[in-house]
Amino acid sequence: MSWTAILLLAAASYALKALGAVLIGDREIRAPVRAVLDLAPVPLLAALILTQTLVSTTGAYVIDARLPAVGVAALLVWQRAPFLVVVLAAAATAALLRAL
Amino acid sequence: MDAARRTILRDAVGVGVAVGVYGVSFGVLAVGAGASVAQAMALSLLVFTGASQFAFVGVIASGGSAAAAVAPALMLAARNAIYGLSLAPMLTGSRLARLLESHLVIDESTAMARAQDSPEPARTAFLFTGLAVLGCWNAGTLVGALAGGGIGDPRDLGMDAMFPAAFLALLSPQLRRPGAPRAAVTGALIAAALVPITPPGVPIVAAVAALIPAGLAARRMVAA
Repeated sequence: MSWTAILLLAAASYALKALGAVLIGDREIRAPVRAVLDLAPVPLLAALILTQTLVSTTGAYVIDARLPAVGVAALLVWQRAPFLVVVLAAAATAALLRAL
Repeated sequence: MDAARRTILRDAVGVGVAVGVYGVSFGVLAVGAGASVAQAMALSLLVFTGASQFAFVGVIASGGSAAAAVAPALMLAARNAIYGLSLAPMLTGSRLARLLESHLVIDESTAMARAQDSPEPARTAFLFTGLAVLGCWNAGTLVGALAGGGIGDPRDLGMDAMFPAAFLALLSPQLRRPGAPRAAVTGALIAAALVPITPPGVPIVAAVAALIPAGLAARRMVAA
């Protein structure tokens, strides 16, 4: 594997992460903009849940053991189970279904 | 440490441990794709954004060149720019401190910060979660990279189901905010529509368009 590609990826990933701190810095943000920025992670997380449940590594829709596993996770989240329980129960569900 | 900070620390460690488990699967896949242990560690320490790292080694494992693997990985990392904008007011230290803390801008630290009701605990949650994940993700990667294929296929252990489950648990406390449920559903629908027609990563970044109605509502509020 190429070190150049790894270091390039590291530099670019960091630049993306630091963009907000550099652009906004100490500046005061108006309340309405603030409200929208506060909400920004919500649609991204929802999109991530969808793609990581239903999309294969090649980018195509696929239904596999992840879907029931996320169903179990949803039930546990609804029951306010601790984070670690939710995540491990999802893994156990998928592992069990694949072992069958 | 007061009770509120202890609760945040406990939650942060919980997230860290879970991420450490899938860090093991990253280590296994990275060496399986031809990375040395040092390269797997460099990815987890320096790139430090899980989905991009998986995409990067995934492309290489399926026969792509390292150069071809960078683009999809960056597409997936693009959402961190939006997280960074969302978190910027929370990074309050010196210029250098802010630049260092920016490395901790990832899904988990952002979500844990956004689940808090006020700025001070939000900053604490961001830092605790970011550091817990950084430590555990790298420890997990090291274990996986050293063990290699000896652990077996991470999918057989259900590790790929851990991500969506974790994001669901991270999203749920944020849904109490006004406008959040609608933003979540709209974001998921935008992504669902784009999956068949765009490269991986694009559907996720594009989901941010779900904020347009909230933005317009905020502008009306100002105008009124």
